[in-house]
Amino acid sequence: MSHRKTQTAVEAPLAVRIRSARAGDLAAVIAIDAENTGVAKASYWKERFEWYAGQKPDRFFLVAERDQAILGFIVGEVRAWEFGSPPSGWIFAIGVAEADRVRGLGTMLFEEICDEFRKAGAPYVRTMLAKDDHLLMSFFRSLGMMAGPFIQLEKRLER
Amino acid sequence: MKLQVATRLALYAVLELAADPGKQFAAAEIAERFSISVNHLSKVLRTLGRAGYVEAVRGSGGGYRFRGNAKRVTLLDLIQLFEDVGPNEHAAEEPGESSAEGRALRRVLDEIDDIARATLSSITLATLLKLMADLPRAAQEALGGRGRRASRAGG
Repeated sequence: MSHRKTQTAVEAPLAVRIRSARAGDLAAVIAIDAENTGVAKASYWKERFEWYAGQKPDRFFLVAERDQAILGFIVGEVRAWEFGSPPSGWIFAIGVAEADRVRGLGTMLFEEICDEFRKAGAPYVRTMLAKDDHLLMSFFRSLGMMAGPFIQLEKRLER
Repeated sequence: MKLQVATRLALYAVLELAADPGKQFAAAEIAERFSISVNHLSKVLRTLGRAGYVEAVRGSGGGYRFRGNAKRVTLLDLIQLFEDVGPNEHAAEEPGESSAEGRALRRVLDEIDDIARATLSSITLATLLKLMADLPRAAQEALGGRGRRASRAGG
């Protein structure tokens, strides 16, 4: 999950177009993610792009574009029956260029992917994020997301 | 999780004020709305004032008004003014806490505290006002019209 680092006062909303990602958007997505997380993951994004940006009806890789520049992205898919869960829309990553934060782009991307999930028959949207990522958690909470019926557990595997 | 009375009063008061940030409300007005003691609420408002979340407006028609950014102030910010959330490093060690049983129990309790802190620190006043506005109509009516106010401010 990409992180949103800082927020300042809310600025005027941007006039952007939300559309499905194309091959030419990959470099911008990699750059935004690297700017947000501090880690460049070119091969990871190339692989994710092939998986999500194809023609599968239940996978979504959307970008926010203005004047042919990519300002943000969101990635998700409808998955069913893993962990016993009926079909649900999962958001795996969201990122907005730092210069274009706090202008409603993240919300627009979220709403657009929710529309896609709805069309694909998913009654819920879900995501998972680090417990200490307060800013991103606040962002999703501000959009009405609450704790769901699942809880993530883990255990360190001793060598 | 159960909040102490002062914490709960603080949250009610701040939400009331943040729902209408341009307006000031007398402590008595807020107390009446939530059927709580004015004296107790006044002490709570003073604490909130010292922390910079509300300001007292003097003169006729004076009262309190919200001071801050409802999109930035979290439930944890406010709750921590009145009580500890999660492990208290300064608290005296509980009997048996250094035993294996005590340490194992502490791990489980810390896990619960971590989740509570993560939840409270991710919910801003603006999010809570929105949540109030989204309550079903029946629930709003049961709250005596509080939801209608929230709709105006948080919608």
